[in-house]
Amino acid sequence: MEAFELLVYGFGVLLTWKTLALMMLGLVLGIFVGVLPGLGGPNGVAILLPLTFTMEPTSAIVMLSCIYWGALFGGAITSILFNIPGEAWSVATTFDGYPMAQKGQAAEALTAAFTSSFIGSLVAVLLITFLAPGIASFALRFGPPEFFSVYLLTFCSFVGLGREEKHKTLISMSLGLLLAGVGMDTVSGQLRMTFGWSELFRGINFLVAVIGLFGISEILLTMEERLALRGHAAAISLRVVLRVWKELPRYWATLLRSSAIGCWLGITPGGAIAASFMGYNLAKRFAADKESFGKGRIEGVFAPETAAHASGTAALLPMLALGIPGSGTAAILLGGLMVWGLNPGPLLFVEHKSFVWGLIASMYLGNVVGLVLVLSTVPLFAAVLRVPFAAIAPMIVVSCAIGAFAIQNAIFDVWLMLLFGVVGYVFKKIGIPLAPFTLALVLGNRAEDAFRLSMIGAAGDLRVFWSNGLVGSITTLALMLLFWPLISALWQRLRRATSS
Amino acid sequence: MPAAPEESPADSPAVASTRAIDIAVSLALLALAGLLAFDNWRTGMGWDATGPQAGYFPFYLSLILGCASVYGIAKELRARRVPSEPFVRRIQLRRVFQVLLPTIAFCLLMQWLGLYVASFLLVAGFMALVGRIAWWKSLLTALVFSVAMFVTFEIAFDVIMPKGPLEALLGF
Repeated sequence: MEAFELLVYGFGVLLTWKTLALMMLGLVLGIFVGVLPGLGGPNGVAILLPLTFTMEPTSAIVMLSCIYWGALFGGAITSILFNIPGEAWSVATTFDGYPMAQKGQAAEALTAAFTSSFIGSLVAVLLITFLAPGIASFALRFGPPEFFSVYLLTFCSFVGLGREEKHKTLISMSLGLLLAGVGMDTVSGQLRMTFGWSELFRGINFLVAVIGLFGISEILLTMEERLALRGHAAAISLRVVLRVWKELPRYWATLLRSSAIGCWLGITPGGAIAASFMGYNLAKRFAADKESFGKGRIEGVFAPETAAHASGTAALLPMLALGIPGSGTAAILLGGLMVWGLNPGPLLFVEHKSFVWGLIASMYLGNVVGLVLVLSTVPLFAAVLRVPFAAIAPMIVVSCAIGAFAIQNAIFDVWLMLLFGVVGYVFKKIGIPLAPFTLALVLGNRAEDAFRLSMIGAAGDLRVFWSNGLVGSITTLALMLLFWPLISALWQRLRRATSS
Repeated sequence: MPAAPEESPADSPAVASTRAIDIAVSLALLALAGLLAFDNWRTGMGWDATGPQAGYFPFYLSLILGCASVYGIAKELRARRVPSEPFVRRIQLRRVFQVLLPTIAFCLLMQWLGLYVASFLLVAGFMALVGRIAWWKSLLTALVFSVAMFVTFEIAFDVIMPKGPLEALLGF
């Protein structure tokens, strides 16, 4: 019951006019960002982050997380009305959402999408409320070896579980870790990989890289594709909302299954993309008439949306409890914490109670307010998509430049952002995944510090990573995941050999 | 937006194949890995009395990066008989440059004119020249956008951006 009391305390932190106003502002900005082509969750949060630099941390994180909720809701609008997934995780939503819009059921599809997003997030937030404090207090006992093994597990699971080519994941990750190391070494104070170039002494800022990789490169890609926007009009009436909600209980199994998948994949770095596809495919597999999927079936909207949003929200759990983000957007929020002078990790729950519980309370409130807001303002935001891209593109470029400059007041960072924009464009086109890069860049220094502190503590004995049951099993699991492609290939060859 | 008749993307010749770019990127990464490995070796990649030196961790990472790049090159070379997708077609590349070049100009201008004037020029110019939207609409949109940005960041949120002669004239 302690979590409940703390949650009430969190609502107390939240309920000031200023915070509520920022919340609304964040939601509106977020939906806006989610609807615009070429922007979405992570980019939107990264670009709008500078707005929060001068705020106190609680207001800042509340606004940022509301931008995130808004962007999640907004992504569904473009998928259903325009058949353009605003995000990779809304791809599965287009399968049945767009056919529904074609059949004139756009309002039903949108209501279904928003409602299931709400349910998915709610399940994940409940999980965070009751699980995160426990995990954090357990993690308080962690020393450097335990932390390093958890970081290792995060990195290795990308290699082992990712769908991309393994060597490309490895390239992306090692490049991110290397760039994280540029500048002053935090343990010895030595400069490294700067080649005497004073602009590099500060190091390469994570957020600058993210704004370039996601914002600028997305503009380049969108320009190349030259999207012709042809959308369906939609206005949601209360009658439609109530009709869809009345049907909800019939789909309890789908909703529950998708929420569970989402939470699991959000906490482990499997991500919302995998979750949405898995949610959709499983719903299809369990359905009696599989053929009706893809032709505008409401369950085909419920399943992926619930899973994607449960996953997007659950990704915040490891970020809050361990300081390890479960998704790209969570990584950016983590970058924000550091800008505001907070040290992410289990100590956050002890040292900054009002911050943590304010954030968790804002997840509840932001979701409810967001649902109401998005249901009532769909026509307005759908109109945004009719604004020509030629007007939107330069505005996004300007917002990116503002974001990149504001982080350290350096013109150099604006050029760096541009460079990362081009790199991101090329990487995306040749299939080098960007998520491992982002994660490595934000966690690199902490992972290295944990490794070196463990080594100093153990006088250079690598066996410290197997020194007790906990750290040993995490390290072993990490190595197994890393070599999983090799292990499974060997296993299959062995089986083939024995059967023949 | 009255778009001029253009060749359709499928007819436009490919500028490079995805495989060629893939190999070029891997080579560049390999070179970077070599450079970083050398620098970290110079910094010290071994162990001393206090534990691993500053270059230890990044040195081994650059080895991993190098090996993964070599693997990528070998893989693409071995598959070279299979035709590769075009990386980008000429018409697409032209559109990419249509946004990339103005962005570079914007970053340059921002240093002399300040961010807000530069963003006015970028938005107005891009809308009118690339988007072929009427000049008055472009200028008006750009003006509203730049002023809104100025009010949001400079006045409401205290985020300081590079400013130029115009802002100085207005007393900011």
